[in-house]
Amino acid sequence: MSRTPSQTVGPYYALGLCRREDNVLDPDGIELVGTLLDGRGEPVGDGVVEVWDAAGRRWGRSGTSPDGGFAFRVPRDCEVLEAHVFARGLLRHQRTRIYLSEIEDDVAAGLSPEQRATLQAVPIDAGLRWDIRIQGQRQTVFFAH
Amino acid sequence: MTAAVDPYDGPIVLADDPSLGPEVQVDYPGYRSTRWRAPKDPLVTLPEELHRLDGPVFGESAIEPSDSDLTRQHDGEPLGERILVHGRVLDESGRPLRGALVEVWQANAAGRYRHAVDSHPAPLDPNFSGAGRVLSDDDGRYSFTTIKPGAYPWRNHPNAWRPAHIHFSLFGRSFEQRLVTQMYFPGDPLFAYDPIFNSVRDPRSRELLVARLDLERTEPEWALAFEWDIVLRATPFEP
Repeated sequence: MSRTPSQTVGPYYALGLCRREDNVLDPDGIELVGTLLDGRGEPVGDGVVEVWDAAGRRWGRSGTSPDGGFAFRVPRDCEVLEAHVFARGLLRHQRTRIYLSEIEDDVAAGLSPEQRATLQAVPIDAGLRWDIRIQGQRQTVFFAH
Repeated sequence: MTAAVDPYDGPIVLADDPSLGPEVQVDYPGYRSTRWRAPKDPLVTLPEELHRLDGPVFGESAIEPSDSDLTRQHDGEPLGERILVHGRVLDESGRPLRGALVEVWQANAAGRYRHAVDSHPAPLDPNFSGAGRVLSDDDGRYSFTTIKPGAYPWRNHPNAWRPAHIHFSLFGRSFEQRLVTQMYFPGDPLFAYDPIFNSVRDPRSRELLVARLDLERTEPEWALAFEWDIVLRATPFEP
């Protein structure tokens, strides 16, 4: 059978997708914050980030605030998160990964240092920071899916 | 040398291209917001095992009793055409997917979303929130009751109107079965002018976004029914 095509999440997704707080994967975890940015470096205030800790089977979702910000509380023992990015203006969601620690694996081995850097969360006072650039210089690596 | 032509100065709707199949054209100039939001770098290939990851599973605890009937979430009934929307969640081999979380959101009958960002001067309906969620049953079936959403203007280009649609979000069994899309209503005269609908350039795939009037499931003297099956990617393991 032929697949149902994708369409944009649009600007009003919060009605359906953000009815409950879904951004805590582990209440005792570490804060992961970031900003979703467009090709001009402007914040994307109508995007959604979903993360999936496949090993620990913990999932979370965060809509972005008007300043493009998103936030999760993620398990301290988690090394890598699978992620999906949605936004108004993005007709199909993008797949990426967030490295919470500086590990090397098969995926990282296939990337240039510049590409690998786009997937690395960096320590900040409050926890970890990972920004997403959906277009332009230093675009976040997105994977075929 | 010829000057580079800015595709964003071109037509709102591009010609059909059946070779694209079910893929949406992510950089679609007629949809202005893609200009700074469509990724441009080539996609990177993942190792095979990462295409076979299972995804999150949502149980009954994710659902409230009123979630499947958007006409009964307030004291009174919403205005508009009452409709039943139902169908199956399947994978590419036609296998029904049970326990798929289906989340929906939509405008009210006047074409207005209950959302702070929506400035369309059409009335809000105090009896309509416009959001629901259901789990597919053992046969992959889902259904919910709602009202038919109205078309609305959206400022993408002069006199731009979205055809009536319901937003759908789906989780299948595998991580790669994730899908966010929109369901449209048959015969909408706005199809030809909508860049979002036409960003699926294969006409046969585009038709898969359009529900079918289902007279058999229509409840006489009560509600029209529309049937819409949703086909997710192949399941990489036994679901």
